[in-house]
Amino acid sequence: MGRSWLRHPWVLGSTSVAFVVFLWWAITASGAVNSLFLPSPAAVWAAGQQQVQTGLLWKDLTASVGRVFGGFALSAIVALPLGMAMGSSRVICRLLEPLIGLLRYMPAPAFIPLLIIYFGLGELPKVLLIFIGTLFFNTLMIMDAVKFVPNELIETALTLGGRQPQVLIRVIAPYIAPQVIDAYRINMASAWNLVIVAELVAATEGLGKRISLAQRFLRTDEIFLGLILIGLIGLIIDLGFRLLLRRSCSWAN
Amino acid sequence: MHLQVENVSKKFGAGRSSKLVLDGINFTVKAGEFVALVGSSGSGKSTIMRLVAGLDRPTAGEILVNGVPVRAPGSDRGMVFQKYSLYPWLSAANNVAFGMKLQGRSERDVRERTAYFLEVVGLADAGRRMPRELSGGMQQRVAIARALAAEPQMLLLDEPFGALDIQIRESMQEFLHQLWKRTGLTALLITHDLEEALLLANQVHILAPRPGRIVRSVTVDLEQSPMAHLRVSRPFLELREELAQYLRSFDSAMVT
Repeated sequence: MGRSWLRHPWVLGSTSVAFVVFLWWAITASGAVNSLFLPSPAAVWAAGQQQVQTGLLWKDLTASVGRVFGGFALSAIVALPLGMAMGSSRVICRLLEPLIGLLRYMPAPAFIPLLIIYFGLGELPKVLLIFIGTLFFNTLMIMDAVKFVPNELIETALTLGGRQPQVLIRVIAPYIAPQVIDAYRINMASAWNLVIVAELVAATEGLGKRISLAQRFLRTDEIFLGLILIGLIGLIIDLGFRLLLRRSCSWAN
Repeated sequence: MHLQVENVSKKFGAGRSSKLVLDGINFTVKAGEFVALVGSSGSGKSTIMRLVAGLDRPTAGEILVNGVPVRAPGSDRGMVFQKYSLYPWLSAANNVAFGMKLQGRSERDVRERTAYFLEVVGLADAGRRMPRELSGGMQQRVAIARALAAEPQMLLLDEPFGALDIQIRESMQEFLHQLWKRTGLTALLITHDLEEALLLANQVHILAPRPGRIVRSVTVDLEQSPMAHLRVSRPFLELREELAQYLRSFDSAMVT
């Protein structure tokens, strides 16, 4: 059992991260690559400290996170009843599936010009972009989850005197809860992609905006900082969803 | 409770590819009776059950409960499925309470009846356990308790022990028999197991396959306790062998 510590899920995972950081540091320390292209970890850290002091970091962070949560919350709230309706009613499914199938193949970033024309440069077009970009995936994944609810569970409720709305709320909803949380977790990643894309195109603050500004001034340290922050926040959100899943749906593990 | 199945036929599909699954089924179940339908696969026995439950509609004929045609599922006909149909996110007690909550019973009523029916199926101490922590036999007992707690006038048992090991199946048969004697419930059992039907039911209908039809009906009045003795008693074995041969004759007729 001498190697049991190796089995802890965090050990091996953080080893690979530490190795990449070490490699990064080693290359910059050796001077083999121009620091303009590859800033050292220390330089990125310093850039981060500077942005904390000026308050920029906090401003960018709240702007980006706010847009993601706003747009994604809207998408999650609309997708849940829509997906459940499509999954449980053949008529609604046949009505909407072709439409959603078509819409979801239109890349959401391609809507940015339209959204800017309609809604200007404020928060609304960015929130809407995330909404459009995640709504259809959320809906289809929830629809699929509903379709795979075992018939026996539904029919048992019916033979116990349950009515259709009760079946939806007391059988289908709890059964699909873990899959819904997982669908949200997976699609949250595209919400993050989209907010950065939206900010690259048009924004006054946000992590994506900071990166595009940094490019203009050749501040690769700030670009690295932005990338690392985006990754970290994504990881935290992902872990949050996993925790929620484990806490709320322990029966499904 | 009075169930009448009158000239019921069921066809799946339409036109040339349609398939007649049930052909002119007739039988009745009166209050307090335990009726079994026995048949091999393809005899449409599960289809009969779905029709009686109201989960499907017959193509022809009528199913009447107390003289009223069945149009939809209802809590007057409680069903126990072959595969474990417990809600995996609910504890055993909450599974038992499930139907009563759908019916809008008071909280106190639900609590008391849940405890009572867990007791009835011998799981008074298992109320807090989750379905995945229960054995297959225990899960089926919870399913039976859940069906009984919703106060059905009749219990529909669709191969309820079909997925269980043989020893557990035998103890469950004994359990169900005792339950029937004690509570005077009315039951319709579907099984492919002739022995099970003869042990439990006082009226056994034999189904022949393709299309499913009743070819013989037997009234069973072998009473002997414990069930283990009945299983090996001479009249029981003779009846069972005779009917088994009869059932086999339909299978061989099909092969040729």
